[in-house]
Amino acid sequence: MRARPLSPHLGIYRFMYTMALSIAHRITGIVLSAGLILLVWWLMAAATGPAAYEGAMRVLSHGFVKLLLAGWVFAFAYHLCNGIRHLSWDAGIGLEKHEARRSAWVTVACALVIGGALVFTAFFAKVFA
Amino acid sequence: MAEFRLPLNSRVNRNGKVHKAPADAADVRRFQIYRFDPDAGANPRLDSFEVDMAACGPMVLDALIKIKNEIDSSLTFRRSCREGICGSCAMNIDGTNTLACTKACADVKGDVKIYPLPHMPVVKDLVPDLTQFYAQYASVKPWLQSRTPAPPDRERLQTPEEQEKIDRPSACILCACCSTSCPSYWWNGDRYLGPAALLAAYRWIIDSRDEATGERLDALEDPFKLYRCHTIMNCTEACPKDLNPAKAIAEIKIMMAERQH
Repeated sequence: MRARPLSPHLGIYRFMYTMALSIAHRITGIVLSAGLILLVWWLMAAATGPAAYEGAMRVLSHGFVKLLLAGWVFAFAYHLCNGIRHLSWDAGIGLEKHEARRSAWVTVACALVIGGALVFTAFFAKVFA
Repeated sequence: MAEFRLPLNSRVNRNGKVHKAPADAADVRRFQIYRFDPDAGANPRLDSFEVDMAACGPMVLDALIKIKNEIDSSLTFRRSCREGICGSCAMNIDGTNTLACTKACADVKGDVKIYPLPHMPVVKDLVPDLTQFYAQYASVKPWLQSRTPAPPDRERLQTPEEQEKIDRPSACILCACCSTSCPSYWWNGDRYLGPAALLAAYRWIIDSRDEATGERLDALEDPFKLYRCHTIMNCTEACPKDLNPAKAIAEIKIMMAERQH
């Protein structure tokens, strides 16, 4: 007799909103941690002196790096919004099926609005210019 | 540790047998069904069955029984009550776990894909080995534990409000749809108890007649048994009885936190 096979799982399960938001929370968490390395590097450059800071700013104002930063900002917005959703769950609020479905949409919408607003303010509105 | 790919002996051969519908079939529907024969010495495969829905009952279980009766008698699956109360015919249909007897074929778009409950050892075809699942259920001691002797002249009474709390969790039929829909259970099913066992634990923790609440919580105070729940909510989405294991687990976590203060 043959050893029992393992039934298919990830490959056949419908990719539901539940799993999508959960894995996105993990991925954005990793992205945020990785982005912090860039932040630390920028702070170190600022502490080292004007020449180092200028060099760092040249790299950071490159188009591709700006794109990465924009992605980081959206990851931040999503992780923040979904983190609040998880906090409310941990407090026992919003765990009914219809509530969880609604809060999923609210989370994604809020993340897009907050992320978009931050990216617009930082890169286009010249508020800090 | 999470192993995302299936082991070599478990990969599914997508070119299984094809059973064509009879020429006079009026309303043909194709069912793609996971097959595994422990005696054949081959990997699992996906068989296609064309069924005439004009001569078949409405539910997926009706189609499975028709296939077994008329096309391939070796097709193996569990079933009993055919009305959603025994939990035997739990399987993965159209990508989600549910009961074949309460899932209408009409609710599935395109071919009806049927697999056994995910990430479980397969005994044969759609029959998973639930030994560990039942052992996890038994581990939460799903029975009344009381030191106080029962009143001599009547039952241990509850108020309607106290009964209301355990009414829904008691409706669990242990079909395993929730536990086997949970990615956390897929990756850590050997140590994480899973939504079904935790829902059962919750049902006894909040039972007003039970006097082992502290011991029950002690038993769950573990990085894996309880806290591998990351509130993904697949369990609540999957439950064919419309119960809410995710909420029960969240309530247990709250009780854990509250008793430390």
